[in-house]
Amino acid sequence: MIALSAVSILLVITVYIFSEGTPIMFKYGLKKFLFSLDWFPLEKSFGLLPMIIGSLFVTGGALVIGIPLGLACAVVLTEFSSKRLRSFLKPVVELLAGIPSVVYGFMGVVILIPFIRDRLGGPGFSVLAASVILGIMILPTIISISIDSLEAVPRSYREGSIALGATRWQTTRMVMFPAAKSGIIASVILGMGRAIGETMAVIMIAGNAAMIPHSLLDPVRTLTSNIALELGYAAGEHRQALFATGVILFVIIMILNTIANLASRKSKP
Amino acid sequence: MRALLWLLTAVTVFILFFIIFYVLKKGLPVVSLEFLTRNPAEMGKAGGIFSTIVGTMALTLLAILIATPLGVGSAIFLTEYTQESWVTRVIRFGSECLAGIPSIIFGLFGFILFVTKLGFGWSLLSGGLTLAFMILPTIIRTSEEAIRSVPYAYREVSFSLGSTRWQTVTRVVLPSALPGIATGVILSIGRSIGETAAVIFTSGSSLHIPTSLFSSSRTMSVHFYILAREGISMDNAYGTAAVLIIAILSINVLAYSLMNRFIRRYS
Repeated sequence: MIALSAVSILLVITVYIFSEGTPIMFKYGLKKFLFSLDWFPLEKSFGLLPMIIGSLFVTGGALVIGIPLGLACAVVLTEFSSKRLRSFLKPVVELLAGIPSVVYGFMGVVILIPFIRDRLGGPGFSVLAASVILGIMILPTIISISIDSLEAVPRSYREGSIALGATRWQTTRMVMFPAAKSGIIASVILGMGRAIGETMAVIMIAGNAAMIPHSLLDPVRTLTSNIALELGYAAGEHRQALFATGVILFVIIMILNTIANLASRKSKP
Repeated sequence: MRALLWLLTAVTVFILFFIIFYVLKKGLPVVSLEFLTRNPAEMGKAGGIFSTIVGTMALTLLAILIATPLGVGSAIFLTEYTQESWVTRVIRFGSECLAGIPSIIFGLFGFILFVTKLGFGWSLLSGGLTLAFMILPTIIRTSEEAIRSVPYAYREVSFSLGSTRWQTVTRVVLPSALPGIATGVILSIGRSIGETAAVIFTSGSSLHIPTSLFSSSRTMSVHFYILAREGISMDNAYGTAAVLIIAILSINVLAYSLMNRFIRRYS
């Protein structure tokens, strides 16, 4: 009985979110929800496209920043650094995963946003700011899981490659990376899930205008912030529309989770 | 190429350290005994953060009390009472999915079920239940790993002395796995303390010290979020952030050292 608690909670959550969110989607038509540009909840116009695109932009931006930094860090720590440095930095990076997301958002507000406003123009609250902060937030996830999967590659692979005369870098690129590929992919997908699901930090720095951004410096609103911004005062169909936003978010996350699960299962021997 | 990689690594490590040092540098001067022991005044513009510390502790404690028995129970079932089968696969899949759900979805769910449908209102109870659901997967996974790493010989000896499965689990396996289980619980405490999105819609943001399960209360993270977002007081926001970061980092360090000791014992 107890063991089924996790599954039953998952079921209850799914059922509740869907039963609150789907009726209104079908009432106004799924197409309108997914592809209409107008989000005027008080006038019963519920187009989620700007938020869907906003989430994708911000998450894509976070990956552009998080993947190179995170993978470089993982490679350096497993392949090029001394054991002492690694055994110090890896736990430290993992500890950093515990910093609350509101703190990251706050750093965005006090440091990044004034910088963007002064140097690059625009209001500062922008796709760029949200991407940078989310990119930093997902670093610990990407780094620690990538290190785990690089370390799980059998020693003999590396030794064989070096014995054949390959340099350290060639070994990393041609042997270690392909061997650890599925774990690295899983780390990126988990990071991506974290970026899409992040709420409070994004609200603080993204500007939250419900329209499709035309440049990196335009404000943007994501699916998560759409829920959090309006849940406090929404009622009736407006509230149901927020649950519909939750349904879309839920579906996206579930797809990502399933991909991550498949990828990490393949990596296990 | 190697230089570039080192450069990227240095940038990464620098950014992560910078955030902590910056917040501590700005926040620690604000933190004093008075700041920790006085209630917020004027919506948080003046005064301390005492009631939010109480709120955080009460909410976290409640979540842990609900989630630990469920999580450890699931882990015992998964490791001691079943063979690998479709049931265990379903449970594991469910728990992994639950782990990936963003906290705002938990908030949305807690808001509709506990706050409105069940009529708990914005309260410790609603917030605690929501948080408990959120941390359950962490507790299941870490407890399962801890129980699995207890050597099989321990169980065989216990069985050969004539003890039942239940006696073996409660008197041999669980005590040996305790540090590992504690690690999971402590990590969950850290996560509960830092959570905002799931809490703000379920536990509310009252600045009063909670007096019962049904009173609304504000946690440190929510307090920090409101101070910073509404620009009420940047000084107090930094102070709250510093307290929050110190609390979470020391909790995570504790979890880490426990885990290391546990790993060393069985390898």
